[in-house]
Amino acid sequence: MTAVLPARPERPTGGRLIDQFEYGLDAPICLTWELTYACNLACVHCLSSSGRRDPRELSTAEAEAVIDELQRMQVFYVNVGGGEPTVRPDFWHLLDYAIGHDVGVKFSTNGIKLDKARAQQLARTDYVDVQISLDGATAEVNDRVRGAGSFATATRALENLAEAGMKDFKVSVVVTRENAGQLDEFKALTDSFGAQLRITRLRPSGRGADVWDQLHPTQAQQRDLYNWLLANGDNVLTGDSFFHLSAFGEALPGLNLCGAGRVVCLIDPVGDVYACPFAIHENFLAGNVRDEGGFQRVWQSSELFADLRSPQTGGACTKCAHFDACRGGCMAAKFFTGLPLDGPDPECVQGYGESALAARDLELVTPKSHIDHSHSGPVRGQPTLLGMPSIPPAKICDESPLAGLDLR
Amino acid sequence: MRRLLSDAGTVLTTDVVAFDPATPWQKARSVALRPEPFGALVYHFGNRKLSFLKSKMLVAVVKNLAGHPSALAAIEASGVPEAQRPAYVQALADLARSQMIEPQEPTP
Repeated sequence: MTAVLPARPERPTGGRLIDQFEYGLDAPICLTWELTYACNLACVHCLSSSGRRDPRELSTAEAEAVIDELQRMQVFYVNVGGGEPTVRPDFWHLLDYAIGHDVGVKFSTNGIKLDKARAQQLARTDYVDVQISLDGATAEVNDRVRGAGSFATATRALENLAEAGMKDFKVSVVVTRENAGQLDEFKALTDSFGAQLRITRLRPSGRGADVWDQLHPTQAQQRDLYNWLLANGDNVLTGDSFFHLSAFGEALPGLNLCGAGRVVCLIDPVGDVYACPFAIHENFLAGNVRDEGGFQRVWQSSELFADLRSPQTGGACTKCAHFDACRGGCMAAKFFTGLPLDGPDPECVQGYGESALAARDLELVTPKSHIDHSHSGPVRGQPTLLGMPSIPPAKICDESPLAGLDLR
Repeated sequence: MRRLLSDAGTVLTTDVVAFDPATPWQKARSVALRPEPFGALVYHFGNRKLSFLKSKMLVAVVKNLAGHPSALAAIEASGVPEAQRPAYVQALADLARSQMIEPQEPTP
């Protein structure tokens, strides 16, 4: 059988680390683990279309088994998210369990559960990092995207952490067209809490696909962001997510490479393993931690990950002078905008992405994930970006006792 | 590789000892080595810094440090060709700066 399959290129000996990374690692450097699809918010750009809990989510015992496995594989760090991970009743238990098993935890939260007592608990705990999500430096900008009251919730959590003496906590910002002009304000706000700023790229993943056209930064904003990162990059974390900007010229600090299935991956709340947190789609599903052999077998033996673990050798981008800088950009961004994976990133700073988007077939239906846990009804403080939420009457007579009745 | 995992960066608080290859060194006690196809991933549980050893030979050198009276002796015992030894001294100096290796405790 193997004779008919195209041979996968062999890993070279020596050379640059980034070239080695393209062939994958024996275990992820770090991975993202979304503990639940449940969330109190309904952010318009949620990468995992979260909202409602999935009844098939991993149990406490199953989650502990995953942590045991990560310890065995020497995965020293996980990024925990959701959904809103802290709404899982066993969240604090799992946090302690991971830390007790040499698996450090950095978790992302909207701050809903970070009262003074929890902030003090976290401040006392080594080996845990907290990042509070905020997508506007002002309530006005933030709440349009994340929902009314979410700015107040986040800043209250930040106050609690600062007051408890927590060190190195983060403010995590997804850069959008609406907040790209607020980078200095974000920095000032973060500094005022003694926290660290982390900014990441908006992807057209999950509900992000619905708002990407409206929210992704303009070319001019991307240029400003690049210059800002060059000037401030040493004090700002990026999760290495802006490597597509390196094609402006100077390489940004960090790993300028798509790490999907190579050095990172995602474990979703039901145990499905995807190539990256921004690729929740069956095309990027490598297996499930509940399968025989667990996470380790998925990471080390899945066909999908084996396919991802080779350098890109074909496609339009490999002929571009900037290919070594940006490596073709983000796989998920291309996929969910309907672009070929070996072509330019939709936000290619050399402008090839815009042409590629314009050249898409008018009939093209962009790929959509079949995983959607969005709230089905209205949510308290619903974001207003897409216009004021209209709450349909449950029954016709809630509106008017005579509405809809044909009285003739 | 300084900011490879830029999110894990934490400021060092303890003093860094200058690297002298003629003195005895060892893999830091709070450091774990994870084997990788090209060498190893190095993780420091204290400062949460992450680094990589880019060759299996360098992995052998780091592992051998503890059993030798000097870093130079460990390099030699690991079979590093003479011409490459300066590069290995440099690599160990980098690891010392990031506290991945530390001086051996003087035997009481």
